[in-house]
Amino acid sequence: MKHTIEMKVNGEAWVIDVSPAESLLEVLREKVGVKSPKIGCERGDCGSCTILYDGKTIRACLALGVEADGHEVTTLEGIGHDGLTTLQEKMVEMSSFQCGFCAPGVVLSAHELLQHEPHPTAGQVQEAISGNLCRCTGYDSIVDAVLEAARIGPRAVS
Amino acid sequence: MTKTYVGKADAANAMETLNVIGRGTPRIDGLDKLTGAAEYVDDMDFGPGLLHAAVVESPHGYARIIGIDAAAAEALPGVIKVVTGKDFPFTFGMYMKDRYIFAQDIVRFAGEQVAAVIARDARTAKKAAALVEVEYEVLDPLLDPLKALADDAVLIHPDLGSYEHVPWFFPKENTNIAHWRKTRRGDLEAGFAEADVVLEDEYTVPRYAHCAIEPHVVVARLDGARRLTLWTASQSPFTQRDVFAQALAPLGFSHQDIRVVTPYVGGGFGGKAGVSMEIIGAALATVVQGRPVKVRWTREQEFKNTYQRQGVIARIKLGARKDGTFTAIEHDLYWDAGAYVEYGANVVNAAGLSATGPYRIPAIKIDSLCVYTNLPPGGPYRGFGYSEFHFGLESHITRMAHALGMDPVELRKKNAIVEGDLLAYGEPMNPSGLIEAIDKTAAAIDWGVAETSDDPNVAVGKGLCLFWKAPAMPPNASSASFLKFNEDGSINITVSGMELGQGYLTVMAQVASEILTVPPAKIRVETPDTDRNPYEWQTVASHVTWSCGNAVAAAALEAREKIFKVVHDARGYEEGSLYLEDQQVKCDTDPDFAMALSDFVIGGIQMPDGTFRGGPIVASGKFMPEFTSALSDPETSQGGHPNVHYTVGAAGVIIEVDKDTGKIHVKKAALAVDVGKAINPVLIEGQITGGLLQGLATVLYEDMRFDAGGRLLNPTFTDYKIPTSKDVPDEIIPIIIETPQPDGPFGARGVGEHTMIAAAPVIGDAVADAVGVRLKDMPITAERVAMALVSGRTDET
Repeated sequence: MKHTIEMKVNGEAWVIDVSPAESLLEVLREKVGVKSPKIGCERGDCGSCTILYDGKTIRACLALGVEADGHEVTTLEGIGHDGLTTLQEKMVEMSSFQCGFCAPGVVLSAHELLQHEPHPTAGQVQEAISGNLCRCTGYDSIVDAVLEAARIGPRAVS
Repeated sequence: MTKTYVGKADAANAMETLNVIGRGTPRIDGLDKLTGAAEYVDDMDFGPGLLHAAVVESPHGYARIIGIDAAAAEALPGVIKVVTGKDFPFTFGMYMKDRYIFAQDIVRFAGEQVAAVIARDARTAKKAAALVEVEYEVLDPLLDPLKALADDAVLIHPDLGSYEHVPWFFPKENTNIAHWRKTRRGDLEAGFAEADVVLEDEYTVPRYAHCAIEPHVVVARLDGARRLTLWTASQSPFTQRDVFAQALAPLGFSHQDIRVVTPYVGGGFGGKAGVSMEIIGAALATVVQGRPVKVRWTREQEFKNTYQRQGVIARIKLGARKDGTFTAIEHDLYWDAGAYVEYGANVVNAAGLSATGPYRIPAIKIDSLCVYTNLPPGGPYRGFGYSEFHFGLESHITRMAHALGMDPVELRKKNAIVEGDLLAYGEPMNPSGLIEAIDKTAAAIDWGVAETSDDPNVAVGKGLCLFWKAPAMPPNASSASFLKFNEDGSINITVSGMELGQGYLTVMAQVASEILTVPPAKIRVETPDTDRNPYEWQTVASHVTWSCGNAVAAAALEAREKIFKVVHDARGYEEGSLYLEDQQVKCDTDPDFAMALSDFVIGGIQMPDGTFRGGPIVASGKFMPEFTSALSDPETSQGGHPNVHYTVGAAGVIIEVDKDTGKIHVKKAALAVDVGKAINPVLIEGQITGGLLQGLATVLYEDMRFDAGGRLLNPTFTDYKIPTSKDVPDEIIPIIIETPQPDGPFGARGVGEHTMIAAAPVIGDAVADAVGVRLKDMPITAERVAMALVSGRTDET
């Protein structure tokens, strides 16, 4: 049985037919074509599929597509409406990531933190990204960039 | 001024000042990865024709297949085809052909592929795979390598004697020993006789999982013209093509029929080297010609059926004189190599050539035995045998120091290998900054200064261990590079090393940038496609900075020569008087001359009569070490030159141990590594923080657990814990040592794997220092520390 859902993805309205068993992650990757949320474990352990759901981070592998009816999803592709966020800029400059597979999820978790806590401590950053597994970096280079982005603050929008 | 050699010790190409090498150039793939632009295999679109496969796995560690009934699966709507071992009775393997694409009559580990279902969608494939009925006669699995060595042990591979393998493997027919590397040098008996202290003990290391966050995935398509293209998440596109071509030769395929494309890879750590599950994709594509088919491993399959780091039981006997001088070592390594060792046997081989550690020892006997067991295939994992044997060896050396009444750091310095000392296989050691690494690491953790905690329930301990590792490669492993200029003076480089996260693309851009003065931001380095990019053996062994760096340097030097020739031909300047500066050609003898590269690298230089000289600047480069040989005496390993060089270093930690819970907290970790030349220090620091944490996790909590049937009990991140951002040391001090490697690009040698090798023994030492308990089995979990303390163990430390 198919359900028709309406949701916003990165600011754009979508009307999509989904089956009850499809995860929101599958819907985003296969039916919307947004590929930054990754498939890492499909059981909520790794955080690679982290998205912003009505502004809050969730794991898209643990949500069903049908649940997203009437909701708004933001992925890495959608956070920098007019270019990169300061956070992304600092992460590029400071070579925060290695393989980059976890990056879309980590960035969203850190982005959410900075929305609520513009001047976090290193401990708060570690806490905020603790649900996103990274096997490459040892995390320090990520935490440093988040702190640096916080120090500079969001870019003034002209 | 010191000159830095560009490639192979080539004085003509020495550069006096370096503008890009040695700088923390931001990664050239940073923007791709921070915007979602980076495409991994699973992100690629193949249209509505894409088929999906699900694999039927053996639930038993060891069993005979009596029959397979696929009727119910085949009847499910949406199922295209079910294939079994009968469809592909072909062996494959990288160093030894001991595997079948699908199990034939026997399954040898739990998780082994028995059949596969191809369906229109992934859900149907999975549902149908569950409907395939396989009847087994369950056999008793051999899970312990020592039991597999018993005279009356069942032969896991009765046909071992007939398997094709590389000439440096020595399988023992009618045993479970797939390879036995013996290294002998000096008079062992005399060495132990002259020792004042001889210490003997046994250490064990379990199996570990790589846990790259991206699971293995392959999409394969055999098109109408019988061209087989595979998109794989791989460290080894060219080696994969070679293995596929050999495995599918019975179906008429050769190298020219096969193309492997590898975009960005979401972490490898050795797990995506060689060929593991990708062979299934290659085979399945041949039965659904014209349709692409995808096989993506679940996280559980990722744990169960790729490569695992092999477990090892190490028996060490070490002799030393009163003054600390090592006199002899006997090191027996019994590897739990798993059901198939087509790659893993080379891990065993590498350890067998180097299990002295970075020490000068005159009498050596190493036996490294690759033993078949009914556990998943062992294979390469960051450190390639060295992470495994350093735990026992370095623990043992600290204990020898205590037995001698010496400071463990002093003992290490006394015996540390230096340039020219003989290696276990009889060749001299390369230039090495090991002593400097020891001193700097000791200083970073205030070695010799006892520290205490304000909390009476917390004990503080320190440890300092050494490490070394050489790339384990076939003697003719090579790298190649193509380089071309574009109209704006930007450059595209194609190579076939993989960007696994280590920063390889950036380092290759820096190498070319330094020689051609084009900034790294104007250089694109492309991920591999075996049709278009030149050859690279594999991205393993921490060798691509060195090997492919030499190939890129060679291409850049060739491009520079061509640039100078065009300017000479058009303007008459002597080629020897020309040089590059800031993307322009300049001339020693004419200070007024300057010509921008973008003015002529495509269109050439116009002459007074309107004609042009030159044309597109394209170049190529290659590198192969021409001094290595795997030919040596099988009884002693003397007479060859198997390794290109060793990278050395030291790691030190300060830890706190909670005496009630046993929980270990790493307050400070310092790691010094001799990289030859730091092409990009920021990337090296990334290797140090990342590799150290990966190593710390293997000693503090990671551990693969199997039941009596050989089934993995913890194939999830819930039960197999890897570190989160909250599990990092309070402070990491990266220390870069630069003792140039004469044949490295700008003096560089590899650094990727080395950073995890010493993490395990250094924690063992620090725990012993803190609470007086020596744990000889990894992992050293809080539970084991607490139990040891509760039981009042007072082992020698």
